[in-house]
Amino acid sequence: MRKLIATSAVALAALVTGAVAIAAGTTPTPPKKQWHFQGPFGTYDRAAAQRGYQVYQEVCAACHSLSLLAYRNLMELGLTENQVKDLIKDIQVPDLNDDGAPIDRPARPSDRFKKPFPNMAAAAAANNGKAPPDLSVIAKARENGPDYLYALLTGYVPFDKLTPDQIKAFDVKKDDNFNTYFPGHKIAMAPPLADDKVTYADNTKATLAQQSSDVVEFLAWASEPHMEDRKRTGVRVVLFLLALAGLMYAVKRMVWSDKH
Amino acid sequence: MASSHGTPPVFNNKVIAWIDHRLPIFSYIEKEYHTFPTPRNFNYFWNFGAIATVMLVLMIATGVVLATNYTPHVLMAFDSVERIDRDVPQGWLIRDLHMNGASFFFIAVYVHIFRGMYYGSYKAPRELLWILGVVIFLLMMATAFMGYVLPWGQMSFWGATVITNLFSAIPVVGESIVTWLWGGFAVDNPTLNRFFALHYLLPFIIVAVVALHVVALHVHGSNNPTGIDPKGPQDTVPFHPYYTMKDGFGVVVFLIVFAGFAFFAPDYMGHPDNYIPADPLVTPAHIVPEWYFLPFYAILRAIPDKLGGVLAMFGAIAVLFILPWLDTSRVRSSTFRPIYKWFMLVLVVDVVVLGFCGANPPEGFWVPLSQVATLYYFFHFLILLPVLGKIERPLPLPPSIADSVLKKKAV
Repeated sequence: MRKLIATSAVALAALVTGAVAIAAGTTPTPPKKQWHFQGPFGTYDRAAAQRGYQVYQEVCAACHSLSLLAYRNLMELGLTENQVKDLIKDIQVPDLNDDGAPIDRPARPSDRFKKPFPNMAAAAAANNGKAPPDLSVIAKARENGPDYLYALLTGYVPFDKLTPDQIKAFDVKKDDNFNTYFPGHKIAMAPPLADDKVTYADNTKATLAQQSSDVVEFLAWASEPHMEDRKRTGVRVVLFLLALAGLMYAVKRMVWSDKH
Repeated sequence: MASSHGTPPVFNNKVIAWIDHRLPIFSYIEKEYHTFPTPRNFNYFWNFGAIATVMLVLMIATGVVLATNYTPHVLMAFDSVERIDRDVPQGWLIRDLHMNGASFFFIAVYVHIFRGMYYGSYKAPRELLWILGVVIFLLMMATAFMGYVLPWGQMSFWGATVITNLFSAIPVVGESIVTWLWGGFAVDNPTLNRFFALHYLLPFIIVAVVALHVVALHVHGSNNPTGIDPKGPQDTVPFHPYYTMKDGFGVVVFLIVFAGFAFFAPDYMGHPDNYIPADPLVTPAHIVPEWYFLPFYAILRAIPDKLGGVLAMFGAIAVLFILPWLDTSRVRSSTFRPIYKWFMLVLVVDVVVLGFCGANPPEGFWVPLSQVATLYYFFHFLILLPVLGKIERPLPLPPSIADSVLKKKAV
């Protein structure tokens, strides 16, 4: 019987892993990186995520929307309401005035993140026919999301560093952007980050790697703002269930003691 | 058994006695869930019926709450699910439990089905009980499939497109049926609307069939690991407190594993593409269903012909309906079937292999592998089972359940 249970456990585990064992094609798997938010007790690194917001706002937001988030959500990253108001004081968002005429007004914390383009068609038109994806859940929408995003942001190879084999195999032209981790390698997005693309207020040195990991920390939070709540609840639930299971087992033994 | 045992209970509480005299629900509970004589020798595989019931209740409870916050419209469905996750108080928890609950409902039911097959629980006089179980399984598949469409991500949309398109394989009327299913000429808003309506409706039909399943179960009582019928009171124990406690313990252990996934790896069993909003103009590189459909998906793709594939896939479930008559052995439990026992485990491996085939793109060695595994699946049911029952020599059965329990203790 024990063997039977073991066999079925293995079978189930295999079934479950089978579901995610989707072939990755020829693109290399992004290297595993240590994240502050990984593991059963991991939390978001507030400072990194706040820096990441700055990278998003100053660089990514020119093309990528973050439509599911509101500015008020930034308070979950440890900012006060006044700090948030200060951060968004220069952002103008579209609205209608009392006469129904379109106007721009200063953003409020309750506003959703401003979209860079008025609609998908405009976004596509400004980007060679393909609208840049919304980043709200991007960290969950890719296999190994955070690792992939970091690898993508740091994985550009300039044309003159490519081997002749790579140029031939992927038909790379001089104006193409080659990225080691993008499926098919040719990516429409030009390298978005470089050293010192932003200037951090906390004097952190803004290397490419630093900015990339900061913005991924921010996007991971944006994808799942309730992650810390989920893990905290999970610890309590599992501890409660373990205690309950112990009690149940003891009572079950007692009840059955006259039958064994 | 259930119809004949025990004397009518006497209730001391006047209110309960008054109600019971007019509507005997308390007598019913007393008879079917308290004194109900149950074989004393269940192993932990027998917990999974109770576990599946708990999961069904959990799915309905969380589902009703989700439905109050969900918008079944192609332009709003994706964002409304995200809104549940982000802005509805504890919405992330409800969605998490519902999303992972589906997987764990299937895990419970697959173990439950395996239990039934390994211990021959489908044999006379429990054929209808088994068939009702297969009906529940089919309803679950339909419900789960339509539920996966509701978040309107890429896999939702393309999964719905692939699966509804299967019906176009039916000669002559196929295309018309697909148009009728879609409510239009493509998977679109009418499809999403009706899938939402049906996803809300079907679970209650499942509850009704589960009720029939339980009624059928309580006519002859449960099977047990020896597969022999109880011969008297020494072979049984009252359902309560013996099995309420044992089931309760099993349910809690199962919930620990469930909580482990729901709270610490909620997206492990999902596909990342379903966090990309549905786009009818972009087909994902590989369209895969949820893990619990993968073996059937592999059978579908193993046959190079579309109609053949569809027939094979539905045939894979159809054979379960006639399983009681395919198995010619008079011995129920595999414990006493020295050859069949191993073939039963081979079938489990075969289904797992099919699952891997379904998860991988149909190219390279996955194609012949899924064909061999599909062939073996049908070989098991259609050839092996009828023949083996005739030629296998079963081990001697113990004289009684009590005897088998006491002998095991002496060892």
